[in-house]
Amino acid sequence: MCTYNTEHATITGSGKARAGWVALTEATVYFDHPVHAQAEHTLNIDLTGTGAAGDRIAVELTASSARELVAAIERALSKVPAGLL
Amino acid sequence: MTAGTIEIAGAGGDRIEAYYAGPSGGGSHGGVVLIHHLPGYDRWSKEVARRFAADGYHALLPNLYSREAPGADPDDAAAVARKRGGVPDERLVGDVAGAAAHLRGLPTSNGKVAVIGHCSGGRQAVLAACNLDLQGVVDCYGAYVIGTPPADFPVQAGGLEDQLANLSCPLLGMFGAEDSYPSPEQVAELDRLLTGHGKQHELHSYDGAGHAFFCTDRPSYRQQQAVDGYSKIADFFARTIG
Repeated sequence: MCTYNTEHATITGSGKARAGWVALTEATVYFDHPVHAQAEHTLNIDLTGTGAAGDRIAVELTASSARELVAAIERALSKVPAGLL
Repeated sequence: MTAGTIEIAGAGGDRIEAYYAGPSGGGSHGGVVLIHHLPGYDRWSKEVARRFAADGYHALLPNLYSREAPGADPDDAAAVARKRGGVPDERLVGDVAGAAAHLRGLPTSNGKVAVIGHCSGGRQAVLAACNLDLQGVVDCYGAYVIGTPPADFPVQAGGLEDQLANLSCPLLGMFGAEDSYPSPEQVAELDRLLTGHGKQHELHSYDGAGHAFFCTDRPSYRQQQAVDGYSKIADFFARTIG
């Protein structure tokens, strides 16, 4: 099924797209059919800025690996010395 | 067969990209407007267009995301469209009207046009058939033909119950019995409403299949059900636009 589920987040940072580094301003997150990953559904993240559609940075992760990624991000942030965040 | 990218007039006269596939040479042929699924104007959708061309029809696949991301890869364009909430219903109807007019204007057109769509395109096919003069519509597992999306639904789509009385042509519905969107209960409700309106229709729900069972490049593909489904679509087209 197409879940249509879509979450949005405003972000600040940069990412490396096919044409080089770009500023990123928005994240679109959804659990739906992937384009490339070999799974019926995946957790998909599109990181975009003000550039062209092809400047998108896209990932398609299985649900379990998406949770692993979230946990790794949280662990990394939890270890940041006080005063740096 | 002739196949390739062309430009047609869509809603509001906008020039939009479309993929055409049709029989070469003379004769008289029906037309099929193919509405792509939510993942966009992709390779699989173009393969389906060529399949209908091989069956002897002029097939036309409008790129519904032409305006959001002209020239972009189909997956990038789909990402932009998703971020912006999908395709407005009014614009979809205008794009299908433009595609149908293009098909009817071909020198070897027989003047008959059907519309077919998969997934989100299934709902959009029914929407088009409720608003345009067409000869047939095929709804392949379209969600929210029946039923109301939740309040925070991110894509512009709503149930079509109040439009079914205006359906202009016979409807063929192809569904997976294991699908949840649309659910078997929603398919039964579609049957009930179409019967109530006296609309000619034929709905098939396949056991052992869920959503997107026609999609050959996805794990959801079900060979036996898809082959049988295509035979029913071929029969329907022969009766309605042949």
